[in-house]
Amino acid sequence: MNNKTKVKVENLNCFYDDFQALKDINMEIKSKEITALIGPSGCGKSTFLRCLNRMNDLIEGARIEGIVCIDDYDIYQNGTDVVSLRKKVGMVFQQPNPFPKSIYDNIAYGPRIHGIKDRSRLNEIVEKSLKNSALWEEVKDRLDTSALDLSGGQQQRLCIARALAVEPDILLMDEPASALDPVATSRIEDLMKDLAENYTIVIVTHNMQQAARISDRTGFFLMGELIEFDRTETIFEKPAQQKTEDYITGRFG
Amino acid sequence: MSRKYKQFFGFMALRLAGLIVLFVLFYIIYDIVSKGLSSINWEFISQPPRRGMTEGGIYPAIVGTFYVTVITALVSVPLGMFGAIYLNEYAKKGRLSRLIRMAIRNLAGVPSIVFGLFGVALFVQWFNFGPSLISAGFTLGLMTLPVTITASEEALKTVPDAYRKGSLALGATRWETIKTNVLPLAIPGMMTGSILGLARAAGETAPILFTGAAFFIPHLPDSPFSQFMALPYHLYILATQHHNISVVRPIAYATALVLIVLVLLINLTAIILRIKYRKKFENK
Repeated sequence: MNNKTKVKVENLNCFYDDFQALKDINMEIKSKEITALIGPSGCGKSTFLRCLNRMNDLIEGARIEGIVCIDDYDIYQNGTDVVSLRKKVGMVFQQPNPFPKSIYDNIAYGPRIHGIKDRSRLNEIVEKSLKNSALWEEVKDRLDTSALDLSGGQQQRLCIARALAVEPDILLMDEPASALDPVATSRIEDLMKDLAENYTIVIVTHNMQQAARISDRTGFFLMGELIEFDRTETIFEKPAQQKTEDYITGRFG
Repeated sequence: MSRKYKQFFGFMALRLAGLIVLFVLFYIIYDIVSKGLSSINWEFISQPPRRGMTEGGIYPAIVGTFYVTVITALVSVPLGMFGAIYLNEYAKKGRLSRLIRMAIRNLAGVPSIVFGLFGVALFVQWFNFGPSLISAGFTLGLMTLPVTITASEEALKTVPDAYRKGSLALGATRWETIKTNVLPLAIPGMMTGSILGLARAAGETAPILFTGAAFFIPHLPDSPFSQFMALPYHLYILATQHHNISVVRPIAYATALVLIVLVLLINLTAIILRIKYRKKFENK
C-alpha cells in the first residue's frame, strides 16, 4: 500500500470561543487511503474534518492553533488562498445538499465558478463526474431535470459527483450515509472504495461497522482528543487503549 | 364538559379576531366604492381638476403618485437589498450589526410626519432640491427602508445554509456564493416584501406634505425637480381643506377609490410575482 503522507496535522487545537473542541491533535493521513474518524457525538471528529478545508473559518468564534500541512504546505499560514484550498479538498455533507438547479448545473457549478465556460468541456466533466460517482446510468437521460427530484441516495451521489467535478485530491465526508437507507448506504460505501484508488478520503462516521468495512486507518476521538490512530484492523481487533476498546465494544458512547 | 366549552369559546374568540380583519377591509372598500364609484369616468382619470377642484379629474395626481413611487422604489429597494445582504451574509454578530438592527427597528417606529420634516431639512434645504418629486421620493424611500431591509433579510433567511456551505466547499468565494446560489432564491421574496412597502409609501401624505406635493398644478411635472400633485395629498385637501367640502365629497371618495385601486394593483403585482417564482422553483 502506498505510504506517502498527504495530510500532516501537528499540535492542532481548535476553540469555539472558550470551549476547546480539539486538543493537541497529531495525525498523518496517507495518500489514496480511506481514513475513518469515529467517536461519540461532540467528540470533535467533525470539527477536525472541517479544519482540513478551513470550513471552520465560517463559524463565528472558531479559532485554530497548530499546523495542518497538505502536500507539505501549511494551510493555516497567512496568505493561504482558501478558494484553491477548497478546490483541492472537496467536502460532502451529512445531509445531501443538492442546489435547487438541474442535475447538470449542480455538477457544472464548481467548474463554472473556477472559470470553465466551454460547453463541450463542461459536458465532459459532468459525464465523467457522474460516472465516477456511479450515477450516470440513472440520470443520463434527464440531466436537465431538477436535482431535488432525485432520491436521497442519488442526491448524495450527486453531491459526491459535484465535489469530484472540481478535481480535488482529497475528499472529506461528514457522515455521508447517515441520512440514507441501508441500500443507498452500501452503494455509497462501494463508491468510496472505488474512489480511494484516485483520491484520499477522510470520512467521519457514527457507524463503526462502516469504518471497519471500508477504511484503511481509523482514528478514535473522545472529548476533543485523538485517543488512538492506527490501521483499522488494529483498532478493531487489538486496540492499544482501554478507552478505544470500551467504545468499539459498545461499553459506552 | 367545561374544558370543551372553554376550547369552543377560545376558538370563537380567535376566529372573531380573524374575521374582524376581513370585515374592516371589506367595509372600507364597500364604503368607498359605494360613495365614489358614481363620480368615476374617463374624464375623471384623464383630466386635471377644474373650477376650484369641483369639476374635472385627478390625472396630475395619479401621474404624480406614480412618479414619486418610482423614485421611492429606486431609493429603497436597492438600499434595502444591499443592507440586508450585508446584515445577513457578511456582518459578524457584533456590536455594529446589533446597532444597525436597533436603528432599523427604531426607524420603523418614527412617525411619518417626522420623516416629512427630516426630508425638508435634508433634501429640500440642505441638498437644495427644493420641494420636488426627488425630495419627496427620497423621503418616502428612507421611510420605507426598514420595510425593504426587513423583508429582504427574511427572504435571505429562507435560503437554507446548506446551499451556502455547499457552494463555499466547492471553492466559491462568498460573493460568488451569494450571487449564484443565494440571491436567485431570495430575490422573489425580496421583491414581494419591497413592493408591499412601496404600496404603503404610495398612500402616505405626511412625508410629502412639505417635501414636494402641491395643492394644485394643472400640468404634469416635467422634471424630478418639479413639484407634483399626489393622490393622498389631493384627498386630504378635498376632505379637509376645501372651501366647499360638501360639494367635493363625491370627488374625494372617487379619489380615495382610485388610490385604493392603485395600492391593490401594486400588491397584486407582488402576489403575482411571488406565485410565478414559486412555480419556477418547484419545477426547476
